[in-house]
Parts: sequence; C-alpha cells; structure tokens
Amino acid sequence: MRKTVSGALCLLFGILVWAPARAFEINLKPPASPIAEQIYGLHIMVLWVCLGIFIVVFGAMLYAIVNHRKSVGHKPALFHENLALEVVWTIIPFLILAGMAYPATRTVLAMKNTAGSALSIEVTGYQWKWQYTYLPYGISFFSTLSTPPAQLADLAPKNRHYLEQVDHPMVVPTGEKIRLLVTSADVVHSWFVPALGVKQDAFPGFIKATWFEADAPGVYRGYCTELCGKGHAFMPIVVDAVTPAQFAAWVAAEQRGKKTAATAAAKAQASRGHRTLTASRAARSS
Amino acid sequence: MEAVASHDEHAGPHARGLVRWITTTNHKDIGTLYLCFSLVMFFIAGFFAMLIRAELFEPGARLFSPALYNQFVTMHGLMMIFGVIMPAFVGFANWQIPLMIGAPDMAFPRMNNWSFWLLPFAALLMIGEFFVPGGAAATGWTMYPPLSVEMGPGMDMTIFAIHILGISSIMGAINIITTILNLRAPGMTLMKMPLFVWTWLITAYLLVAVMPVLAGAVTMVLADRHFGTHFFNAAGGGDPIMFQHIFWFFGHPEVYIMILPAFGIISEIIPTFSRKPLFGYASMVYATASIATLSFVVWGHHMFTVGFPASGQLFFMYATMLIAVPTGVKIFNWVATMWRGSLSFETPMLFAIGFVLMFTIGGFSGLVLAVTPVDIQLHGTYYVVAHFHYVLFSGAAMAIMAGIYYWLPKWTGHMYDETLGKWHFWLTTIFFNLTFFPMHFLGLAGMPRRVADYALQYTTLNQVVSIAAFGLGLSQLIFLYAIVKCIRGGVPAGDRPWEGATSLEWTLPSPPPYHTFETEPVIS
Repeated sequence: MRKTVSGALCLLFGILVWAPARAFEINLKPPASPIAEQIYGLHIMVLWVCLGIFIVVFGAMLYAIVNHRKSVGHKPALFHENLALEVVWTIIPFLILAGMAYPATRTVLAMKNTAGSALSIEVTGYQWKWQYTYLPYGISFFSTLSTPPAQLADLAPKNRHYLEQVDHPMVVPTGEKIRLLVTSADVVHSWFVPALGVKQDAFPGFIKATWFEADAPGVYRGYCTELCGKGHAFMPIVVDAVTPAQFAAWVAAEQRGKKTAATAAAKAQASRGHRTLTASRAARSS
Repeated sequence: MEAVASHDEHAGPHARGLVRWITTTNHKDIGTLYLCFSLVMFFIAGFFAMLIRAELFEPGARLFSPALYNQFVTMHGLMMIFGVIMPAFVGFANWQIPLMIGAPDMAFPRMNNWSFWLLPFAALLMIGEFFVPGGAAATGWTMYPPLSVEMGPGMDMTIFAIHILGISSIMGAINIITTILNLRAPGMTLMKMPLFVWTWLITAYLLVAVMPVLAGAVTMVLADRHFGTHFFNAAGGGDPIMFQHIFWFFGHPEVYIMILPAFGIISEIIPTFSRKPLFGYASMVYATASIATLSFVVWGHHMFTVGFPASGQLFFMYATMLIAVPTGVKIFNWVATMWRGSLSFETPMLFAIGFVLMFTIGGFSGLVLAVTPVDIQLHGTYYVVAHFHYVLFSGAAMAIMAGIYYWLPKWTGHMYDETLGKWHFWLTTIFFNLTFFPMHFLGLAGMPRRVADYALQYTTLNQVVSIAAFGLGLSQLIFLYAIVKCIRGGVPAGDRPWEGATSLEWTLPSPPPYHTFETEPVIS
C-alpha cells in the first residue's frame, strides 16, 4: 500500500516537474546581463530554502497523516505546548531570512547604482508605444508594434515574434552600462525586458532612473508590465544589442539622416511639452 | 395573550417570507444572508474568470475587445475581494461569534441588518457598470491614476460601490469588536476564546484602520475626475505615485483581512479532526497580532518597481521577510497539532490540510517576491497572479469551503453529503493546481499579467491553464449542489457531529434555536 502511494507520488512529481521542463520553459530566461544573473542566482537560492522547509514541514505532516490516523487506531496525545520548540522554530526561520537578506541587499544596491554609465537613453511611455531619446546624440524615435493588423485579427497566420516585434528597436552597445531615464506622457507604464533583468515603472511628470548592460549581442524582447488601457498588450519592447563598433556606425547613420530626425524630434518635443500641461484634461475629453 | 405573543416572538422569526430577511436583526439570519450573497457573487465573479480564460485560450482569438477584457479583469478582482471573500468571513462571524462566546446576538443588531443590506446595492452598482457608456472600470482592482482618472462613468460607480462596501465593512467590524469585548459569557476570558474569535477580533481592528484609507484614496480619484483637483496629476503639483502609497497602505492589511479569519477557521478544524487541542494557542494569538501589526509597514513591497531609493527598497524587503516568521509559526503549530493526534479525514479536514499545504506554497512564492531584485523581475507578470491565487483561492476561499462543510451540519441540522464533499475537494484541488501552478512558469518566462493577448511562446501553458480553469469553475457546481442538498435535508446532525469538537456552539442543538444563550452560559 505504502509502496503504491510513494510510487504514485514519484510519478506525479515526475509529471509535474520533468515533463513540463522538457515541453516548455519553467524557469527565468537565461540571464543576459550582470543584474539578471544575480536575480537568477537569488531566485534559485530562495527556491532551495523553500524546498528544504517544504520537505521538513510536510514530511512531518505526511508522517502524521500516514501514521497518526484514527483508522489505524492511533490514540491522541494531549500535549499542546512546548516552549523550547516554539522558541527554536521562531529563531531558525529568522536566521534563514537574515542569510537570504544579505546577498539580496548587495543586488539591490547594485541595481540602484546608475553611476558610471556610458550612455543615457530617455524612455517615454505613451498609450501605446515607446519613445527612445538618445540624450548625447540627439537621436529620438518612436518604437511601435509592427505585427501586421491581419495577424492581430486572426486573418493571417501569426509570425514567430507575434506581439514581440517593433518598427524601431532600441539599439544599444554591448558591455556598456546603459542608463535609462524612464517617464510617461500619459498613464503609468512599465518598461520590462526579462532577459536583461530590468524593469522600471514610467510615471507622467516624474523621471526614474535605472540601468542595464547587455552581455552579448542579440535581440532581447520585453513588454509593458503596468496596465495602461486597452493597448496594454500591444506595446512591446525590443532591445537590439550590438557591438560598440556597430553601435557607433548605427549612431552615425542615424545622424546622417539628421534633417528628418531633427524635425521629428522637435515635433515630438513640442507635443510632449504640450501634453504634460494638458495631459489629464485632454485625456478626459478624448 | 400578550405573554403568548411574546413567547412566539422569541421562538422564531417575527415575520415570514421576504420581509423576514429584509427586516431581520437576528445574527443567524444575517449570517445566512451574508453567506448566500457571497455564494451568488462567487459564481458571478467566477464567470468573469471563465471569460478571461476563454479569451486567453490562444493568442489573437478575439472573443471580445481588449477594452472589455480589462473590464472583466477589474470586476473579477473587485467582486472576488469585496463581494465574495470579505462578506463570507463576515457571514461566519455573524453565525459563529455569538455562538462561540455565549452571546445572545451581535452587539448592534439593527446596524448589523444595515451592514448587510448595503451590500446588494454595491453589487448592483458594480454589475450596472457594464451597461453605462464606456463600460465598467477597466483599471484593474488597483485603480491606479491617471488611468482611473481617464475612465468613463463606470469608474464613478466603482468609487461609490467601494464607499458603500467600506461603510458596510466598518459597521460590521465595529459590531464584531463590540460583541467580542462586551458580550462574552462569564468565564469566557480573552485567552479562552476560540481562535476563530481571536482572528476576527484582530481582523476587525484592521478593517476599522484601513477601510477609511481606501475610501480616502478613491475619493481623491473622484475629486481629480470631477472637481478640478490635482492630487495625482504632476502637471498640477500632484503625484501619481502617492495614490499607490495610499492604496497599498490599505491594500496590504486588506490581504490579512482576507486571510486571518481563514487562519481562525483552520485553527478550529484541525484540532477537531486531530482529536487533540490546538498546539501553541497563545503563540497563535501572538503570531496573528504580529502579522496584523507588521501588515502596516510592508506596503512598499507592492511598489518595488516604482523606483524607491535603495533605503526604501531595503526597509520594505526586510519588513516583508519578517512576516514569514509569525506565518511560519502558524504553519508549524498546525502540523504540531496533527502530530500524534488521532486523525480522520472528513471533508472539512481535507480542505484544511489542502489549505495548509497550498497556502504554504503561496507563502513560498511570497518569500520569492519579498526579495526585492527578484520581485522587480516578477512584478506585473503571471508569477504574481499565481502567488495571490495560492493565498486567496487555496488560502481564503478553500478555508471558507472548509468552514462551510464544518459548520453546515450545525446551521442546518443535517449532515452534508460526504461523497459530494470529497469529490468537490479533490476536483477543486487538482484543477486549482493545474490552473495556477503553471502560471508561475509563465511569469518566470516573462508573460505580463492583465494582457488580453500574448506572444506565441506562452501558448501551450495558457491552454493548460484555461482548460483546468474551466474544470475548476465547473467543480464549484458540486459545492452549490452539496449546500442546497444539505439545506433541504439529510441525516440529522445531532448536537455535536464531530467527536473532537469542543467549542461552545456544539453544546447547542442543530440547528440551534432562533435565539440562543438568552441566559448566559457559565464557562468553567
């Protein structure tokens, strides 16, 4: 009987953990930045702590369920207190938590440290797109969902990057600290790229700084993670990390088309100033 | 003649039919009203969840527009919290607190009637939102401005509904505090009270403390919407982040408002079916009080991504982690209560054990989220949805189900159908885990919450989740049937259907007479 039960439990465990592990992702995305790496490590550490506690606590509970049941004739004990035990199981969790807090604190401080960045990009959330302004280079553009409307409406087969593609990705150099100055032109948004371990809410009228650094060239995809209206699911983020040399070439190319870029930026600037003043009124009347 | 009339008045309800329920001041009637209301709302809000899962069954499929999707998400949340979980616990409080402390009724019977009868109007306001221009509020239950300032008239109806619900909750809480502090039978000292009464006493204080805060927050939104103020508008000198501070100063204690009475119910059931007194009664009381106190200083962990300075992030991280200590004490105490008991596994006990196991999983994901850097990664993703459904569904809602099966024989005089109860438990547990466990994986992979559509990489798991969610929804029909069947008849329960039950209500007949403890019992 007990063998059947434990066999069934092992099987269940197998189905619950190993099968999905093969079929789809069950963990964080492979980290692609130093901070994402630390987050990955912290998450794994907490999971091990939880697993240890789970085994001890529910091992005891399972033992009681199997052995201390009325149907096997177990007579109830009468104890209902044990001061020493209660003190011990208050202090041990406290110590475990202190042990977890130490590495977490180091990561918090690293995430908040935006000093020494090579490049600052202003990120502005709109309903429902992003604007990226490269402060040192005078480059500014909007980044809008590029999935064809026919695919959104189920009228055409969906491409691989359905809802994860934009017309103009954010281009950044690898191996450099990129400081983001995040703000919003209307409601609260949040700028999130899972593999890079970076997320910052965007508030109208406030600028919040965060940073990331891409380890290797690649395309990193993310989303808006704060409900911002009906287009919330439709304002993805794409970060195109390239080598510093390629990045320099990209900047030069963007600046060659300066004329058009400059007028566009000026226009955006003007409309942004206008929007800040009248954001709520305009939005209300719309 | 007069004597006969007054005798009749004491024997049963003073009126029949609908009038009885509208004019009743009897704590048992009002408890029943609260519980029935909660059950109706459970199916309405649950239906919204089914619609959400239908829309998310595959990417792109447009059953309805993203705007309507956001309305369902918002109303599912608001109704489950304010229409299902909270009223259900107040229903338990009404039925059980007077019976457990030997009081003849609640301290303010007429106010009790009013507290309940406000609720259906708030519910009608919320349902009515779907029929006004622009539809229901579509901000999520958190109502963050500026989005909530931009909404149509549905938002105003949400605000008024919250005002009404808040008034109801505060009156209910005052009634509970007064009843517990003043109407205990001689000999029923505070430290002799059943733990359910203790957890409700502490919960009631939390309600009185934070419901006005929520009322203030939504009133400021109302003023920003219509009266030209700029509380949350930076262009007028306001601050949208301030709303989040105020909201979560209410919101985190609210989380414990929804779980402390559940702890109370579980702390009644586990000793009964272990045939052994609750382990560490005093430490349970202190742990509950500690959790309640700490709940006022951890609100910032809902806001780790707004961009606090490091000192703020660290303070809220340490404070949040600290809550794991008293919560852990509770779990350990329940396991120690079962240890060397004489266990049997009737439906209430199954739900109680399921609660301890799955609530702890919710506690573990809470610990993961307490770690600020990991929270920043997972904030706003499906991981958070998984986490709070583990503490609110397998936590609060399954404790409510446990309590219903536990006390239904007392309330109706009939035993419920044990086979139905067990089917309900196992199907709920299996489908619940298949619904919400994969959401952890979705969140870790990066899928945002509150989205009407998603990228192809999340398709498989969403299909698993949706199918399981339909199973979970359908399983609740068994619950409904089991309750109706028990009310309509069944094996007579007797005064004390559970041999391990020791609290005061089990000394009364089942169902208890309309008026109980008119003469104070003396507790030795």
